[in-house]
Amino acid sequence: MGIVTPGFFGKRREADPHLPPGQYETKDFPVLSAGPTPNIHPGEWSFSITNESGDVKRWSWDEFQALPIEDVDTDIHCVTRWSKFDTKWRGVSLDTLFAEVETDAPFTMAHSYGGYTTNVPLEDLLDGKAWVAFEFDGEPLDPEHGGPARLLVPHLYFWKSAKWVNGLTMHETDELGFWEVNGYHAYGDPWKEQRYYYDS
Amino acid sequence: MTWRVADVVAVHEETPTARTLMLRIPGWQGALAGQHIDIRLTAPDGYQAARSYSLSSAAGAEFAAVSVELMPDGEVSPYLVRGVSAGDQLEVLGPLGGWFVWKPTQPEPIRLIGGGSGIAPLVSILRTHAEAGSTVPAHLLYSVRSPDFVYFRDELDALAAAANAKVTIQYTRHAPQGWTGTVGRLDGARVTSWAAETAPADGGAISTYICGPTRFVELAADTLVAAGADPMSVRTERFGGA
Ligand SMILES: Cc1cc2nc3c(=O)[nH]c(=O)nc-3n(C[C@H](O)[C@H](O)[C@H](O)COP(=O)(O)OP(=O)(O)OC[C@H]3O[C@@H](n4cnc5c(N)ncnc54)[C@H](O)[C@@H]3O)c2cc1C
Repeated sequence: MGIVTPGFFGKRREADPHLPPGQYETKDFPVLSAGPTPNIHPGEWSFSITNESGDVKRWSWDEFQALPIEDVDTDIHCVTRWSKFDTKWRGVSLDTLFAEVETDAPFTMAHSYGGYTTNVPLEDLLDGKAWVAFEFDGEPLDPEHGGPARLLVPHLYFWKSAKWVNGLTMHETDELGFWEVNGYHAYGDPWKEQRYYYDS
Repeated sequence: MTWRVADVVAVHEETPTARTLMLRIPGWQGALAGQHIDIRLTAPDGYQAARSYSLSSAAGAEFAAVSVELMPDGEVSPYLVRGVSAGDQLEVLGPLGGWFVWKPTQPEPIRLIGGGSGIAPLVSILRTHAEAGSTVPAHLLYSVRSPDFVYFRDELDALAAAANAKVTIQYTRHAPQGWTGTVGRLDGARVTSWAAETAPADGGAISTYICGPTRFVELAADTLVAAGADPMSVRTERFGGA
């Protein structure tokens, strides 16, 4: 525990078991992005998975909407220290997408419109842990929050939930993405407070 | 890197609602212009709250400076703006962030757009630019309510007097007496005309840094991209809020 700051008492007193260390709860939905918000129309959107042999499986927006859609109710945790509880999303499970892909590679790189990337191990995307989400709170996902679609990997810090996602590539080794090259942690577990590259 | 105990060596009132804190951080080796630190406060019962604050000090400055705007219902900023005195101690982590940064080795001209406390990392960039004797043109567009709410007033005047830096202030509510420019919210048209005025004559590359409340950043960044800027040349730091 740190030094006590005289005269500071804080606002949110109760210890909340849903709150990872160093986070605070917000009811807002702050925006963290490195640059301008890309404006992608669903008609031009597609999502692809490229395996280690270079085979590409691609879904158009309409093909994507025809896949089984799941409702997701989850807490999210941003590296800039806010957490938001019980957020409601709709999207397609990565299990559904990977059922159509042949791969043995253990690592993925998520790619987004605008050129952003973030690395996530494949096992963190499977078994009901991740989605490609296109609805938030009953509405189409806002562009500034990643619309038309973003990755949703809520058990990792939220930058891993790549906004404006348009595909995954499969890799034999874990390479760093845009955010990770720029100082964020390679894995990003909020419960271990893996915020920055030097956190263990 | 771990949390370090910083001494508050000085506080300076920037505006009626904002203040700069000068921090002596043991082992501090400077930062890149544009980076931030996290500041953590601890209550007597161990409860902690941490927030991010951009450095307003130049990259190589001995003391790290942060400039904080009071959010009336906030948890941390009221303490930093009203509660802290010189001689107090705070915990800090950093410097942090590797994208919203400017290095004096960058060859291209720079454009800076700031709203409210979003001026903080942009002043760090301008100070670093001046100290490095950089010859790349630097243009700042600073949106602020009224003259009383201008941060770094004297320094901005001095920086603006330098040959290769130019400061444009957009007053959104009240301008100083004798002001001949426009008054009003920074809108798309204003950003577009300023961008045209500041574009390199040779049509070459330029980097843009935009910082402030989220809405402000969205507007300025969208406008520049609509006017043809390469999105990857526009770096943004969103401070929050609606
Ligand atoms: C990388 C980064 C750098 C930052 N640098 C600075 C800085 O240099 N100077 C500075 O003053 N702040 C800066 N901020 C914002 C800062 O981290 C806090 O969010 C801010 O001080 C409010 O904290 P709080 O605890 O007082 O309010 P909270 O208790 O966290 O929030 C109170 C209310 O204020 C709203 N709010 C938070 N921030 C803003 C805002 N910017 N505009 C309008 N409403 C807001 C929240 O939505 C909330 O409703 C930065 C944020 C980031 C992510």
